[in-house]
Formats: sequence, C-alpha cells, structure tokens
Amino acid sequence: MTFINYASREINCKIVYYGPGLCGKTTNLQYIYDSTAPQAKGKLISLATEADRTLFFDFMPLELGTVRGFKTRFHLYTVPGQVFYEASRKLILKGVDGVVFVADSQEERMDANIESLYNLEENLRAYGYELMKLPYVLQLNKRDLPNVINSQDLTSELGRKGEPVVEAVASTGAGVFDTLKAVAKQVLTELRKS
Amino acid sequence: MTNSSIVLRESRYHAIKAMLARLRLDSSARIVVLVDKDGQQIAVHGELGDLDTTSLASLAAGNVAATGGMAKLIGENEFPTLSHEGEKESIHISVIGRVLLLVVFDDRSTLGLVKLRSKQISHELAKTFTEIEEESATAPNNGLPFTGITDEEIDSLFSPA
Repeated sequence: MTFINYASREINCKIVYYGPGLCGKTTNLQYIYDSTAPQAKGKLISLATEADRTLFFDFMPLELGTVRGFKTRFHLYTVPGQVFYEASRKLILKGVDGVVFVADSQEERMDANIESLYNLEENLRAYGYELMKLPYVLQLNKRDLPNVINSQDLTSELGRKGEPVVEAVASTGAGVFDTLKAVAKQVLTELRKS
Repeated sequence: MTNSSIVLRESRYHAIKAMLARLRLDSSARIVVLVDKDGQQIAVHGELGDLDTTSLASLAAGNVAATGGMAKLIGENEFPTLSHEGEKESIHISVIGRVLLLVVFDDRSTLGLVKLRSKQISHELAKTFTEIEEESATAPNNGLPFTGITDEEIDSLFSPA
C-alpha cells in the first residue's frame, strides 16, 4: 500500500524479500545497507534468533531520491524463511507494493524454492493480492556455488509471468542493486498507471 | 495494490497533527505517533530528539500484527490496545481501524491517563481516517504526483549522483 503524504512531500512504498530459509534475503538487505550513503538510509532492524536466523523480519528504510518534488522512500522487509515461521511471514506481506523472490540456486534447495513460492502465492491471496498483478522480481542467488542449477532451468521452473530475472551473489553484492532497481521501477511504474 | 493507497492532503495532515498535539498535552506524554498498520509513519508530534520514528513505526506495526495473530489463536479478533511499561519510558498503542496511535510517556504521566485520553481521541481519528480513505479511493488520479511520470524520471532515481 503506497502512502503519499502531500504535507511532507513523501511517497512511501513497501517491498518484501521472500524465499526459503538461508536463501540470502537478509544478506541482500545487509549489502544494500552497507553500500548506501548514511543520509539515504535509516537503521537496519534485524529481529533474529541467537543463531542469526530471522525470527520476525528485517527492516530498513531507503530513500532513493526525489521525483517531481516528492521524496521516494522504500521500506525494505524480509520474511523469516524457515517453514515454521509461517504466521509471522504472512503478517509481513500486508500492504506490500512489490515482492522479490530470492531463490537459492543450489540443486538440493530446489524443492524448498518451489515450496516457498507456492507459500508466497497462497499468502498473497489471503490478502487479496495476485502475484501475477504485483510488481515482482525473481532473483537467482548463490550463483557462485559449485552445485547450482543452470539459470534457464531455474527460470522455467520458478518463473511465473515473464518477470525480470536477476542472477546474484548477494554475499558479494553481485545483482543485489539490479534486483532492487528492477522491483522499484515496477512499483513506480505501477503508481503512474494507478 | 495501489487501490488501497492512502493519499494524505495537507489540510488533513495539519488536522491530524493538531489532534496529536492535543493528545500529547492532555496526556502529558513525550511523543505521539500515528502509524499505518502496514508500518508507515503518518504523523508525529513531541520531544523527538534523535528518536528513530521510522523504525519505531515499523516495529509498532509488527508488534500489533503479531499480537493480533495471537489474539486470533485464542478466539479474539484483535487486541485493541497494547502497553509496554519500562523503568522510565513506556509505550501505549491503540488500534484504531487501519491506523495505530502510539504514545510514548514517562513518569510525568500515567498509563491510566494515557489510556483515557487515547480513547477519547480515537473516535475523532477514526472518523478522519474513514474520510481520508474515501477521499483516497474516489479522488481523481490525475492530480497525483506520479501520474504521467516518464521512464527517464524513474531511471534518474537509480543513476549515481
């Protein structure tokens, strides 16, 4: 749900990074946080367990710049990937403007990717959203690992609607900003249409 | 998606700010924040200092969403108020339709007073937000800032300064 404030001349949008456990959602946010100028970002809030697994969500506000006199601010969230955090995962999707699905490219994580993607579609439907109509990017993460499925096969298995597909190695930052840009652009284009 | 967007016009914003200022005064609170249930800060009033109200808003919404989830598990629809009492500073949150009213207070006030004053102002806030939602849903979009935005303008946001 986009929030347009005429008094403070701000537009706020919510983007959620979704995907199976340990696919690199938090790593994406961490990289964006580390590479962004201090004046463009707020704090990175990470609600994690002692073992660094996301318990509820990670959150960071990111200011992209000004368009037509309005500050555009993206609120970036991750969901907890582990299956048993279903309840909190669903809550984060409320009011979402755009989704990034972070897929783990490793062969043995294919089933987890598929399960998480179904789970995303189901949870979106619970709020009356359709993945097909939502700004959406598929990120193929961990491309640097030896046992990865080739991009074409991953895309044909996980692709839903001809969405932008970005290959990434979130730990080094490769593809991280391309992903963010691809989803942010769709969100802003959607605003133009609305 | 964007059908449920909130468009806050200046006059409404100032009216909301005035309500928050009144609540702050009446309840002897430090800070009053109005937050959308999705975690976006709508308006704030009070002794902000270096308080990160954006994070506060996001966490408050997460908090309300989580306790709302617990409420459903035990057969309640939601918990309309939440209180967190600290040693010096405390927080009281009221759920008012799609917005959350968050009051930060210290020993200059009491939970009872904050609860009472929050409740008193909640009807007024609820009414205002129903009107804002109606305006957002019915207002013609050709006045919105992003209508007619060009690809170049969008791209410019991503080019290095």
